[in-house]
Amino acid sequence: MKAFIVFSIFVLLLPLLVTNPYYLNVLAFVGLYSLVTLGLSVFIGYAGQISLGHGAFYALGAYGSALLGIYCPLNPWLASLIALLWTSLLAWFLGYFILRLKGHYLVMATLAVNLIIYILLVELEEFTGGVSGLPGITPFCLFSFCFADDRSNYYLIWGVTLFFLWGILRLLGGRIGRELKAIKASEQAARALGIPVVRYKVAAFTFSAFLAALAGTLYAHYLTFISPKSFDIFYSVEVVTMVLVGGAGSPWGALLGAFFLTPLPQVLEFFEEYKDIFYGMVLMLILIFCPEGLVSLNIRAHFGDIRSGTDPNMRQGKGIRPRSFKA
Amino acid sequence: MDLLILCQFVLAGLSAGAVYALIALGFSVVHNATGIVNFAQGDFLVVGAFVAYSVLVSWGLPYWVAFLAAVFTAALVGFLLERWALSRSRSKEILLLVFITVGASIFLRGLIKEIWGKRPFVLPPISETREISWATFAIDPQYFWIIGITLLAFASLHFFFRHTLWGKAIRAVAIDAEAAALMGIPVPWAVAASFALAGALGGLAGVLIGPIWPLSFESGVHIGLKGFAAAVLGGYGSFGGALLGGFLLGLLEGLGAYFTSSLKNLIAYGILLLVLLLRPQGLLGEKVQERL
Repeated sequence: MKAFIVFSIFVLLLPLLVTNPYYLNVLAFVGLYSLVTLGLSVFIGYAGQISLGHGAFYALGAYGSALLGIYCPLNPWLASLIALLWTSLLAWFLGYFILRLKGHYLVMATLAVNLIIYILLVELEEFTGGVSGLPGITPFCLFSFCFADDRSNYYLIWGVTLFFLWGILRLLGGRIGRELKAIKASEQAARALGIPVVRYKVAAFTFSAFLAALAGTLYAHYLTFISPKSFDIFYSVEVVTMVLVGGAGSPWGALLGAFFLTPLPQVLEFFEEYKDIFYGMVLMLILIFCPEGLVSLNIRAHFGDIRSGTDPNMRQGKGIRPRSFKA
Repeated sequence: MDLLILCQFVLAGLSAGAVYALIALGFSVVHNATGIVNFAQGDFLVVGAFVAYSVLVSWGLPYWVAFLAAVFTAALVGFLLERWALSRSRSKEILLLVFITVGASIFLRGLIKEIWGKRPFVLPPISETREISWATFAIDPQYFWIIGITLLAFASLHFFFRHTLWGKAIRAVAIDAEAAALMGIPVPWAVAASFALAGALGGLAGVLIGPIWPLSFESGVHIGLKGFAAAVLGGYGSFGGALLGGFLLGLLEGLGAYFTSSLKNLIAYGILLLVLLLRPQGLLGEKVQERL
């Protein structure tokens, strides 16, 4: 928890140092990405599953609340709430079917979900605005105060993200975290121990989809304009990459991945033409030489307890060691 | 008359399906050797097509040279991907290796953009005649080239894996790498050879589809996805499954395009999802018994 408090203070004080709206915008986006990667790190790092379809839930959150706000004029908060509810329901329903799949089949199924949603967003043009996007989404307002500029949205987004980071750290530090790790280590062994594997997987999937949808609604009402391009499979691949680059074994890895990869394309603008080449190379080098993610680098030496939000027995994503079973 | 148009769509679908089958085969070869999904597979296709373009159009050399150059270059790219990146990975966890290929795909796309630019290319057709026609029925002969060469590639690959020492060695590695190493098979080379083979198949697919579809540096992603979908549809890792999945996906797309051109991908992916739900191991995949 100490690490969490330090991190929260850092995040809340950051806008005092960063006044340039462009940088604030990038940092707000780091928050949006973090929200999604936090959910995914539970699904990937703990439940040991893989999804390349979270762009779909991000889209359903964003388009759901934007369309509700436009077609049956609802207040943005209510519209977001309804969008979140039905996206989570859909994810739960889908999860029951596709989480029976394993490995490459699961990857393909989640990709297919993402591709289908994307095609629908583009093709249902009169309803969603098609490729050219959907403008004129109203921002969130509290009484007379509206979250319209970068700074207020930064606080809104990071407030939500910190809340869920706290929740996830609490959740994973306990029994649920251990049982999810057991599923990752060996599904059959977990089942033999009486862990309801399917229910856990579906719950982790639904939770991560919920967070993606939440990020989607925040995104839509922050930018007030959305287009399908932001919700394609490249987005889904990008967020999973963030989780792996940061380190799939802990929520801090998810945050670190978002902090590192969100601004990287902008930083690499320096190389202009060669941007993609460098981006691809950085990804490969990190994954090749630092397989446990950036979080496993010397940070551990400096802040020994940064990963203590999770059970120390479970470091390095190697699953539960036998002594955890003693109880 | 309508029937003739339908036939056109079916034939176009089948030739696209042949290309998906070649890509799916590339996925399967890599999967059998290493267990990973190679997301750079689609980019091999673009490399092959663009090398062929340079050889044919920029240097004016004959088609067979372009074929050889495309297949060889793409094979080399696959080989180097394995030797320089994947084999050096410190962790052998599948998920990480898969995402190294994602990085490689981004890298390759950047490289292709640097060498050939952003402009899409169309290769000249293999045979001079533009179309074969009977009365009102006209067919692009390229379709026959694509389907014929794909079937030939499958047959020769089948022969290679069943009847040659090298092919048997690679199969042995796929079944049990440790036992294969004990039998004196150079496992790292067998794995690298699989990647080279996957690259060669991608390059071949690129030369075949180049005259029909305009390809740009980014085309590899979506064609690669279709190939992945085909491999999953047929049963991942199975050669027969790759062939079946490829042609089936192409056919679905062709028929989908006949009825509603804008939603053809929706139909293809929707049916794929349905098949996965009903038959989680793909059409020809075997149900794997798991053990603790």
